[in-house]
Amino acid sequence: MTDQQPNGAEIVIKALVDQGVDVIFGYPGGAVLPIYDAIFKQNHVKHILVRHEQAAVHAAEGYARSTGKVGVVLVTSGPGATNAVTGLTDALMDSIPIVCFTGQVPTHLIGNDAFQEADTTGITRPCTKHNYLVKDVDALARTIHEAFYVARSGRPGPVVIDLPKDVQFAPGTYTPPEAVSHRTYRPQMMPDPKAVAAAVDLMEQAKRPLFYCGGGVINSGPRASALLTELVRTTGFPCTLTLMGLGAYPASDPQFLGMLGMHGSYEANLAMHGCDVMIAIGSRFDDRVTGNLSKFAPHSKKIHVDIDPSSINKNVRVDLPIIGDAGATLEAILAEWRRRRAKADDRALKAWWKQIGEWRARECFRYERSETIIKPQYAVERLYAATRGRETFITTEVGQHQMWAAQLFKFEQPNHWMTSGGLGTMGYGLPAAMGVQIAHPDALVIDIAGEASILMNIQEMSTLAQYRLPVKVFILNNQWMGMVRQWQELLHGARYSESYSDSLPDFVKLADAFGAVGLRATRVDEVDAVIKEMLETPRPVIVDMCVDQKENCFPMIPSGAAHNEMLLGPADRAERPVSEEGMVLV
Amino acid sequence: MSDIRRHTIAVLVDNEPGVLARVIGLFSGRGYNIESLTVAEVDAAERLSRITVVTSGTPMVIEQIKAQLDRLVPVHAVRDLTLEGRAVERELLLVKVAGTGEKRIESLRLAEIFRARVIDSTIESFVFEMTGAVEKLDAFIELMRPLGLVEVSRTGVVAISRGANAL
Repeated sequence: MTDQQPNGAEIVIKALVDQGVDVIFGYPGGAVLPIYDAIFKQNHVKHILVRHEQAAVHAAEGYARSTGKVGVVLVTSGPGATNAVTGLTDALMDSIPIVCFTGQVPTHLIGNDAFQEADTTGITRPCTKHNYLVKDVDALARTIHEAFYVARSGRPGPVVIDLPKDVQFAPGTYTPPEAVSHRTYRPQMMPDPKAVAAAVDLMEQAKRPLFYCGGGVINSGPRASALLTELVRTTGFPCTLTLMGLGAYPASDPQFLGMLGMHGSYEANLAMHGCDVMIAIGSRFDDRVTGNLSKFAPHSKKIHVDIDPSSINKNVRVDLPIIGDAGATLEAILAEWRRRRAKADDRALKAWWKQIGEWRARECFRYERSETIIKPQYAVERLYAATRGRETFITTEVGQHQMWAAQLFKFEQPNHWMTSGGLGTMGYGLPAAMGVQIAHPDALVIDIAGEASILMNIQEMSTLAQYRLPVKVFILNNQWMGMVRQWQELLHGARYSESYSDSLPDFVKLADAFGAVGLRATRVDEVDAVIKEMLETPRPVIVDMCVDQKENCFPMIPSGAAHNEMLLGPADRAERPVSEEGMVLV
Repeated sequence: MSDIRRHTIAVLVDNEPGVLARVIGLFSGRGYNIESLTVAEVDAAERLSRITVVTSGTPMVIEQIKAQLDRLVPVHAVRDLTLEGRAVERELLLVKVAGTGEKRIESLRLAEIFRARVIDSTIESFVFEMTGAVEKLDAFIELMRPLGLVEVSRTGVVAISRGANAL
């Protein structure tokens, strides 16, 4: 042992620097004090102090999703770790690379019900891609490098490293990242060429093809999105994206059919129902996408490209699975298509586009305009119009506002849309926006929120103030947990049990209390002015957009229904009662 | 569901803390069935353990179970011994039979027929040890039941494929 040996806490910082980490999100506590001391003594890694550990993880998610890098979190033992669980689960469901350090009581106290002790590896086992408890300081650096590798490789996800306090104090040997490789974990990146050839066979013969792509394309990196765009344009096929995939294909392109799924576009869902060849890339046949499985895309041959073999045949039996990275597979399909000088069936494709054109003509996102009441869709449309041409990142909370944002905001490039898709975490948007703004200090970052969701992590307004992050919180305030109310209206005889947002704060005053700017619009003619002022204010802003309290989110595939049984608007509802099987679905 | 089948799956894993909890948590968390599960270290130098799990499900569920197992970071290899066909499956049984007189003699006679060994005996009890296929063990237990069976301990199935190929 020499004096030069770093202690565990210093090893953590050194490993972070070697992993290229420049920012971590965290909250101190007794079991991580040595690491906070090490943070104090250096200038390479910037620490962002959040106000709640859940927000630290969401902020790291926003950071990761807008940069493609691994997000890093540091929290203390016990409640620090348990508070992080929602964020970790969110990152697992949406495949976001996160490394989360949790403090732990000293090794000799583990299992003794010590103060602020929790079985962190036990609790986080089902909500992480992998986790570690490090008991030997000499294994620490290796474990950290391995954790970064696991978090970002294959299907990305959160990894927890639980660090007892005595290990943080103990001197040990540092191992550089180059010297570390995982024993077995090697996700398959390159697709099987035979499967790629078979995919091109199917695509060449397709009469009614459709690309159905998701977050996997975005996780693969911006090149995958560029390749997808190239392939879609080369083939002339239509393309739809999942909620998580928005931005993977330019939304303004005429070959884009919009988002699909429960609140997706009419044309996207009917195209899914009617297609004969489905090319699914980095999408996972989620229940929000498929609707009734027994009636899902009944006449289609399905090609499924995914880096995670467990996604294949999980919900829907596919005809041609291809295991591989979305980008590498897109490149291989494109190369094979060109090598063969393949041609789509032009006549069939023309008829298919004609059919899609008819569906499009229904203008499914149309809503009844009002001269007096602010329609929530109108507010989102005006926000989109006012931000076009600027580099804009959108985050959301969860509910109706999230769906309106997904429907009406047009994303032209990947990594600019962050929403909690899989877990559906209310309270995600504000901390995620914080993380995005940290990564992109000069960009416009807007959290499109609901008045109920925003209160779930409202304390982070204080973090915005501390770091002067000019995040814009755009609340569509309808004074209801809107999606809950919509379902109660649809399924529970309009008995609005506990879904009214009672005793709301005055959001303008609340903004003021947090050192932010508060703005409010209650009439249609105020909307543009408020948006303009929000965009011109170089500080955090809360906009209280007081919108129609009764508006529901359409189109909608009711639970248990098929894609071709969409409700286009309130008038459709009476004719199609929800089935009993549908009632029990969420 | 008529196409539910029983499968024996062999899983080679890093022998590290929590690995068994990961496997068991996967089964309970995703609602898969475990009929039996055995685990022991099989390579001390490489720190590898082998888990043999007997489960049942439709072909789609079995395929999911294998893919989900394979996705766990400390898992090296997953093999469906049932699908690969020619596997040998064995289980070890310890059964305690208490009693005296004719029943006691009958239990000993049956044990001989089944090639079970007596590994403990008192004037009023036997402990029999038996290795074999699951069905054979089941049959022996049923025969012991009216003869004074008081306790059963089984290891669960261990299995290995036939032929020269290794996991």
